[in-house]
Amino acid sequence: MSDLLSVLQETADPRPERLAKILGCTAEDVESELEELRKNKTLLGWMPLLNPTHHDLEQVRAVIEVKISPEREGGFDRMAMRISKFEEVESCYLMSGGYDLLVFVTGKNLRSVASFISERLATIDGVLSTATHFLLRPYKDHGHIFEEESENQEKPSVSP
Amino acid sequence: MNPENFIADHIKSLPRSGIRDFFAIVSEMPQAISLGIGEPDFVTPWKIREASIFALEQGKTSYTDNRGLLSLRKEISKYCASFFGPEYDPVSEILVTVGVSEAIDIALRSILNPGDKVLYHEPCYVSYAPSVTLAFGEAIPVATTPGQEFSLDPEAFEKAWQPGCKILMLNFPTNPTGGTADREKLERLAKFAKDKDLIVISDEIYAELTYEGEHVSIASLPGMKERTLLLHGFSKGFAMTGFRVGFGCGPDWLIDAMMKIHQYCMMCAPILSQEAAIEALVNGSEDVMRMRDQYHKRRDFVIRRFNEIGLSCHLPRGSFYAFPDISITGLNETEFCHRLLREQEVAVVPGTAFGDHGVNHVRASFSTSYEKLVEATNRMESFVDCLDSENAHSAAI
Repeated sequence: MSDLLSVLQETADPRPERLAKILGCTAEDVESELEELRKNKTLLGWMPLLNPTHHDLEQVRAVIEVKISPEREGGFDRMAMRISKFEEVESCYLMSGGYDLLVFVTGKNLRSVASFISERLATIDGVLSTATHFLLRPYKDHGHIFEEESENQEKPSVSP
Repeated sequence: MNPENFIADHIKSLPRSGIRDFFAIVSEMPQAISLGIGEPDFVTPWKIREASIFALEQGKTSYTDNRGLLSLRKEISKYCASFFGPEYDPVSEILVTVGVSEAIDIALRSILNPGDKVLYHEPCYVSYAPSVTLAFGEAIPVATTPGQEFSLDPEAFEKAWQPGCKILMLNFPTNPTGGTADREKLERLAKFAKDKDLIVISDEIYAELTYEGEHVSIASLPGMKERTLLLHGFSKGFAMTGFRVGFGCGPDWLIDAMMKIHQYCMMCAPILSQEAAIEALVNGSEDVMRMRDQYHKRRDFVIRRFNEIGLSCHLPRGSFYAFPDISITGLNETEFCHRLLREQEVAVVPGTAFGDHGVNHVRASFSTSYEKLVEATNRMESFVDCLDSENAHSAAI
């Protein structure tokens, strides 16, 4: 992994000027490496990590196990791509095991998610069955633990 | 009742640690960014903490063998063989202690008769000279110098030797300078130790945090295992300071002598810490490497920034401390630290807290996040710029 990617994963401030200071190069160097990473599709974009329990951000999330019929040409790909294109679908993975696709869906409320599943997803020709699990409470997401251990207030600020 | 009559004379004359005085000031400024922390900013890896919790759930709340759990000593033996080189018998050549600090204390008390002399390099960890004094020995500091990046200087040890020297005490990589010792210099020092019949106490607590070259233990050199006490622990590399667990490996006659003191004053290291230490040795190496890589990157950033600011700083080859020279500011190290704290709310530690040879230097720990390091070095830059303007103004007047 390049030094830039490594620092990007650690810092909460991705401004090129700041990254340049940390890496000991110019902001132009950082911009150019970022451009290269975008070009070769290593870096796909930026996404802030929001706290889903925050009052303004509350959403309903569900994870759905979907069984589908594979097609003679393309297997599961065409169906997976079709499902992925719905804006309600946050993530979609082909799985091994008892079902074929694992689909993460978000919506404003229970009703909107339920209607998406029953009216849009389950009705697609080729979807054999769905099993829906609503997410109740997040503990960790993308490596971030939501209720961090409290910082040790008694840890000395200077020590030998 | 006169309290003075009840304090032993050698304790009365023992100076307080300079770092404690500075800590008292910083603790009143909780908003300050502290680069004064002498411990990892990482929390102990979860798998290690979990091992300790599991042991507690299993009801492991007893004393252990005075020497430490045999299962831990076996893992220590394996780790030492693979990381440091020498093979130690888990039954007779390893003692688990309450941190390396206890091991230093009981080793000195085991070896020294009143008046025996100990050669050690300075700047160094704050406890070395006081521990020698507490064992009624005489501490003889040998300077490591900025010109040699504070690395081991065997010639200086040879020159400092005098009759009555019994111990050679080493700490590479060094707190506070980040200095290291290469194989060639260690070989020369080993010859000196053999010629003068010295016991070597080698505190290698920062061994895993070596960024340039390989870490070489003096105990691994031919003929040195039998006259070296290798001290190591879990506080730094494994980020386990609060667990207070370390160990000493050395000849059985010395471990036996240390055991005599350890069994009476400490009994044993806490069992939950020992259980955590087993997990650290068996499954912790990837975590150590992850943390080491982070320190390495932060080191490169901090050293570059100090030199940009004008505070000349050598590249520390190990540990997580930078030791810049602040003499260009015209302030001494204590004034520099106090004014930096007061004017920019950044805490670093005066170099003289680590012995007189730390003059004109300060210790800045890079065991903290990039965000804080960026902000702290920016504030230090402003501070140094202000001092430059002050100095220019004074010169003009």
